[in-house]
Amino acid sequence: MGLEPYLFLSATVFCIGLFGVMTRRNTIGILLGIELMMNAVNINLVAFARYTAMAAGFVFTVFTICITVTEAALGLAIVILLFRVRRTVMADHLDLLKG
Amino acid sequence: MMANSGALALIAWLLPIFSFLVLAIVFPFRRLGRPAAWFSTLCAAGAFASAVLAWRIQSVAAHPVHLVWPWLPTAGKTIADVGVLVDAQSTIMLCLVSLVAFLVQFYSVGYLHDEPAPALGRYYAYQSLFAFSMMGLALAPNLLQLFMCWELVGLCSYLLIGFWYQRPSAARAAVKAFWITKAGDVGMLVGIVMLYRLAGTFDITELHSMAASNALPLAGLSIITFCLYLGAMGKSAQFPFHVWLPDAMEGPTPVSALIHAATMVTAGVYLLVRTDWLFALTPNVLLIVAWIGAFTALLAAVLACVQDDIKRVLAYSTVSQLGYMMTAIGAGVASAGFLHLLTHGLFKALLFLGAGAVIHAVGSNDLPNMGGLARRMPQTALVFIIGTLSLAGIPIFGGYVSKEEILGAVWGAHLTGPFLLLMLVAGLTAFYMFRVVFLAFFGTPARVAAVAHAGAGHTTPPRVAHAALHNEAVVEGAHVNETPHAHEPPATMLLPLWVLAVGTMVVGVMSTFHLGDFAAAETAGETAPGWLTPTAVGVALAGIALAWATYQTRAINPESLANAFGPIRAAALRKFWIDDIFEGIYSFVLLGFSRIVGWIDRYLVDGVLNLLSDWTVQAGDELRGIQTGKPQDYVYGIGAGVLVLILLMRLVF
Repeated sequence: MGLEPYLFLSATVFCIGLFGVMTRRNTIGILLGIELMMNAVNINLVAFARYTAMAAGFVFTVFTICITVTEAALGLAIVILLFRVRRTVMADHLDLLKG
Repeated sequence: MMANSGALALIAWLLPIFSFLVLAIVFPFRRLGRPAAWFSTLCAAGAFASAVLAWRIQSVAAHPVHLVWPWLPTAGKTIADVGVLVDAQSTIMLCLVSLVAFLVQFYSVGYLHDEPAPALGRYYAYQSLFAFSMMGLALAPNLLQLFMCWELVGLCSYLLIGFWYQRPSAARAAVKAFWITKAGDVGMLVGIVMLYRLAGTFDITELHSMAASNALPLAGLSIITFCLYLGAMGKSAQFPFHVWLPDAMEGPTPVSALIHAATMVTAGVYLLVRTDWLFALTPNVLLIVAWIGAFTALLAAVLACVQDDIKRVLAYSTVSQLGYMMTAIGAGVASAGFLHLLTHGLFKALLFLGAGAVIHAVGSNDLPNMGGLARRMPQTALVFIIGTLSLAGIPIFGGYVSKEEILGAVWGAHLTGPFLLLMLVAGLTAFYMFRVVFLAFFGTPARVAAVAHAGAGHTTPPRVAHAALHNEAVVEGAHVNETPHAHEPPATMLLPLWVLAVGTMVVGVMSTFHLGDFAAAETAGETAPGWLTPTAVGVALAGIALAWATYQTRAINPESLANAFGPIRAAALRKFWIDDIFEGIYSFVLLGFSRIVGWIDRYLVDGVLNLLSDWTVQAGDELRGIQTGKPQDYVYGIGAGVLVLILLMRLVF
C-alpha cells in the first residue's frame, strides 16, 4: 500500500479528535479527544517512517506514546482536583479566566 | 635647598583637607568646638609655613614644578590630571591664601567665642574646606581641576554666608550669592569645554605653549575667552553680577575678610591672570574686561559713599578694587592686576578684621552707632587707619604701588575712558574710607548710648541674639556691652590685626622704595608718565580732605553735600535699581516663562499622554468581552487561526 491511505486515516482520526475537543462539554471527553489527536499524529509518524525508511520516526512514536500516557495521567489528576474544588467538570462552567 | 617645592605645596594643600576630614568624620571632636578650632588653626598654620617655604624655593627656581597624577584616564590618554602646578605666581597666591586663612581662623577663635560649641566646630570644618579648595584653585595644573575647586569655594562661600542660617536674611543672601555666581560659572564651564574642543587639552602649561607657538586657531577664541570671563565676572563681582557681594556680608565678619575680600572673590582675577596669554589673543574681549572693570569700580565706589553699614562700605570697596584689577588685566598688564590682588588681599583682610573688632566692641554694624572709638580702642584704630591709607593709595602704604601700576598700565594701553573713571574712583575711595574712619573712630558717638541700652535689653543671653534677631540693625558677633564703653578686642583678635598691618606696611615700604622682590616687579610703572603719581596721590588726598572737612571739622555740612549730589545719592541708595532689575527679571521674565512652560507641560504634554492612556483603558474595556474564559472558545480560536494560516499559505505564498 502507498502512503496516502495512512495519511487519510490519520487525518480522519485527527478530525474526530478535534471535533470531540470542540464539542464535548465534559472535561474527560475533551481529554479523550486530545488522545485521539495524539494517536493520529502517531499514525502519521509511523507511516512516514516506513515510507522514507528512517528509524527516527519510530523512535519518536515511542516517545509520543510515553508522553501521551503521562499527559493522560496528569490530565485526569487535574480533573479530579477540579471536581473536588468546583464540584463540576463541565468545561463551560470553568470560566474563571473570563475578562 | 634640595627641598622639593612641589611636595611642600602639596603639603600646604592637603593639610586643610586633612583637618576638614577629621572635623567632618570625627563628629564628637567637632562638637567640642574650641579644640576643633585650634586643630584647624594649627593645620592652617602648617599650611602657611610650607607655602612660604615653597614660595622661597620657587621664587629662585628656573622652572615651574609640575607634580600631577592621572585623572580621568581613557584608552588613548588621560583627559585631565590632578595635582599641583608650582610656579612663582601660584606659590605667592598660595602664601596669601594660607596666611589670610590662618589669621582669620585664629581671629575667629576670639570673634566667635559666644558661639555654641557644635556651631563653632561646623564653622571650622567649613573654613578648612575653603582653605583646601582655594589652594587647589591656586595650584591647579589644568582648567578642570581649577573649575572643580572654583565650585568648591563657591560652595564654602554659600555655607559660610549662611552660617547663621536661622536668620532669614543670611539664608537669602547665601542663596543669592550661590545663584548669581553660578550664572557666571555656567558660562565658564561652556568656555572650558569649548577650549578643550579647540585645543584638545585642559592643561594650562600645554595651552600656554600652544598659545605661544600660535598653534591655537583664533576663530571662535573670542567666545571662549568671553565665556571664561563670565565665570570671572560672577566670582569677582563685576557689573552686573556684583549684587551678591554686599549681601554676602550677612556672614560672620572673619568670613567676609577671608572669602569676600582677600581670596575667593579674587579667584576671577586670578583666573584671568593665569590665562592672560589666552586673553592677549582676543583684544576685543580685553577691551570689554577693561571697560566693565572700570565701570564696576566707579559704580561700587559711588555706592560705598552712601552706605551706613561699615561692612557694606568695605564690601562695595572690594567690588571697586576688583574692578581696578580687572581693568589692569583688560589693559593687558595682568602682572599689575596680580600685584594689586596680593596687596589688596592683605589690607582688605586687615580692614575687615578691624571692622570686625569694631562691630565686636560696639555690637552694631551701623556707622551712626559708632564714633570716638579711637580713644577706647587705639590699637584697632591705628591698624584700621593703616589699612585705609593703603586702600587710598598713599605712598609707603601697601596699596600705593599696585594702584600706581594699574593706573600706569591703563594709561599706557591708551584706555583714556577707563583711566579717567579709575582716577575718579581713587578720589572716591579715599573719601568713603575716611568717612568711615572719621565717623567710627573720631568725633562724638551719636547713638552709642541708646543702642547699648537697647542692646542690653534684648540680648542678655548673647547666644539668643543670632536666632532671635533679624531686624536691620542686627547684632553681629553676639557681643553686646552692658555699658556704652567699647574696649579693645582680645589678643586672639588683635594679633592677626597687627600681623596684617605689619605685612601691609612691609609690602608698602618695600614696594615704594623698590626693595627686594619688588624691584623686579616694577615693569609697567616705568612707562607711566611722570605726572601720574602726583595726580593720583593728589586725588586721593583731595578725597581725604573732603572727608575730613565733611565728617571731622564739619566745615561742610554732610546734608548739603548730600543735597549737592541729590539725584545720584537717591539712585545710589536704591543701589541704582540693579537689584530691582534682577528682581524684575526674575518675577516677570523668569516666572512668566516658567508659567508658560508649566501650562504647556500640564495641558499639552500631559494632555496628550492622558488622552493616550484614556484610549488604552477604553479599548481594553471594549475588548474584554472576547475573553470568555471558556477553554473551548480558545480551541475555536486556535482552530480558526490555523485555518487562516493554511489559507494564507495556499493563497498568498
